[in-house]
Amino acid sequence: MSANNKSMNDLNSSLRGGGSRERILTAVKKNQPELMTLPVVKNFPQGFSSPVEKFSEVLKGIGGSVYEVANYTEVLHILTANFPGANRIMSTVQELSSINKGDTGYEDPHSLEDVDLAVISSPLAVAENGAVWTMDSLVPQRVLPFICQHLAVIVNKENLVSSMHEAYDKIGNADYGFGVFIAGPSKTADIEQSLVLGAHGPKSMTVFLIG
Amino acid sequence: MKKDHAALADKFNQDEPRVDWHDETLWWIRQKRDKAAFGIPEWEELRETASRIKFNVLSNLSQYLEQFEKAALDNGVQVHWAADGEEHNRIVHSILQKHGVDRLVKSKSMLTEECHLNEYLQEHGVEVIDTDLGERIVQLAKEPPSHIVLPCIHWKKEEIGELFHQHLGTPKGNADPQYLTNAARLHLREKFLTRKLAITGVNFAVAETGEMVVCTNEGNADMGAHLADVHIACMGIEKIIPQRKHLGVFLRLLARSATGQPITTYSSHFKKPRKGQEMHIVLVDNGRSRQLGRPEFRNSLKCIRCGACFNTCPVYRRSGGHSYHNAVAGPIGAILAPNLDMKKNADLPFASTLCGSCSNVCPVKIDIHDQLYKWRQVLVKDGYVSSAKAASMKAMAATLSNPALFKIAGKLGRWTIKHAPFVVNNGLNPWFKNREMPEPPKESFREWYQKNRSGTPQPSAGREPQYKEPSKSKIPH
Repeated sequence: MSANNKSMNDLNSSLRGGGSRERILTAVKKNQPELMTLPVVKNFPQGFSSPVEKFSEVLKGIGGSVYEVANYTEVLHILTANFPGANRIMSTVQELSSINKGDTGYEDPHSLEDVDLAVISSPLAVAENGAVWTMDSLVPQRVLPFICQHLAVIVNKENLVSSMHEAYDKIGNADYGFGVFIAGPSKTADIEQSLVLGAHGPKSMTVFLIG
Repeated sequence: MKKDHAALADKFNQDEPRVDWHDETLWWIRQKRDKAAFGIPEWEELRETASRIKFNVLSNLSQYLEQFEKAALDNGVQVHWAADGEEHNRIVHSILQKHGVDRLVKSKSMLTEECHLNEYLQEHGVEVIDTDLGERIVQLAKEPPSHIVLPCIHWKKEEIGELFHQHLGTPKGNADPQYLTNAARLHLREKFLTRKLAITGVNFAVAETGEMVVCTNEGNADMGAHLADVHIACMGIEKIIPQRKHLGVFLRLLARSATGQPITTYSSHFKKPRKGQEMHIVLVDNGRSRQLGRPEFRNSLKCIRCGACFNTCPVYRRSGGHSYHNAVAGPIGAILAPNLDMKKNADLPFASTLCGSCSNVCPVKIDIHDQLYKWRQVLVKDGYVSSAKAASMKAMAATLSNPALFKIAGKLGRWTIKHAPFVVNNGLNPWFKNREMPEPPKESFREWYQKNRSGTPQPSAGREPQYKEPSKSKIPH
């Protein structure tokens, strides 16, 4: 490290409360035990034969709905039938843009508070726990899948993996700003352990497995 | 003097049906955890892997912290370091001041509870709204959470109905969880939409990428963070994990251990602030580096805050979270608390039967019950327990190590229970609470042995004891 860099770093540290930073790091370094090897994480192949079946079973078990469909036209039919009263629908999926209804502006995240149905796509879903992955590159506002009253997610069957280990293999070192696994509708059981769907986020989650 | 665990548990135990209800509710969650864990054939191997990752983290923490800091700075996140709770609170407050903010939303963070951030901010004129439903309930009731995952597990729905009637204007007498949850949803949505600053906790922070992962079922961390102009994430320095792929191991264990769910509804990975947003991370030591230097107790820093040890603990289930007078209650709280304040928390390692169930369910294999036992020794040796307790333990040790004394003590005990039961059968003897003293045996085993077996041949050493198969219907699960 050059002297210049070092003094820049010192300056940065002092701006961030450098005194404590150095003190903490010194104490940690002094007190941490001798280095222990990082274990290799196995892939743990999953016992189930059909990831599609497992995914559907698990997601239904945690309050979600699953449809296996052949194409986007089927998705449109189902969504139109299931959400007849929706006043504002926002689809981030090009193929389903005809379902958009009401204001389609994304500029201010707060303006999304009246979205009844949001339709997003997911490049990765996990059979063992019914979770779908999405990232900010696929959702124009991070808050969209949380603030909507109902959430629909389109997943290509090919993008279904068995376990979280495989999921992170696929995510690799993707450089997202924000990424999230979503498994079912928002829920709480804080009142006497009674499960209630729709805590702060979507009251329902529908996943379409295409292909 | 503040009340100790026994005194506070006494208070909780005054309402016996409520204790039974509390006990059964938590045991039900423990059973859900079992079901989820038994559904994963590789469960034990996963625990072992998680445990070893955490050992590696603790042994290389200083480097991982620097690596994390660098990655986070590269991601455009501002990183702060706080030596203790006081400094953490000051840092958070200074960020609020910079933005002229005096009201905010906060999702669950046991660290901020540990640092008493809410009280600090309130004293400085800042309004804090806890947005996790359970935390909001206890906040409205001006109580701390009684469980790290289930903050209001000690509240009955009728009481929550009354609380909401008073604070949120729900109809009197309505105690329907669905209705009350929806009332809270509307009440908190308004807060999410109007607050400019959100605080969240952190479940895992990845050294390799500088991202942090926050797990919720309600979506409250995301509603807060994605709508706010400023997001502050507060974390203890032990929350670091080396690589992103290690999340696969921990996210498989966390929710299954906590509530029996296969994963929390949301596992949010915050890496960079969104456009126009400011993101801060506060890294807090507050005694963690000190605990790292105690070889017998450093493993407590492996904890991922799932709460499984609470749900299985026979003492926690029957004494309630508030009896632990510490932000983190339960068995894990009882081994973390003495490090924070040995004098104030000297009673907690004794709030256990040492049955070992906590260690058995721990997803990162912390030897919780061993540490409880070791803390007792440290606390007695260093003079942190009452002189009466220390004297009685000394007397017990002397009696147990001296056969003659043991014989006399046994005789005296049997005589007392038989002829003068009032000596032990009174309010001064804690062992008599909720118990009947047993019928005194006529003679000790030693006396019986001398009368009946003395001089006869010893039982053959190699003989196997007879094992009776327990009746199938009695096997749990």
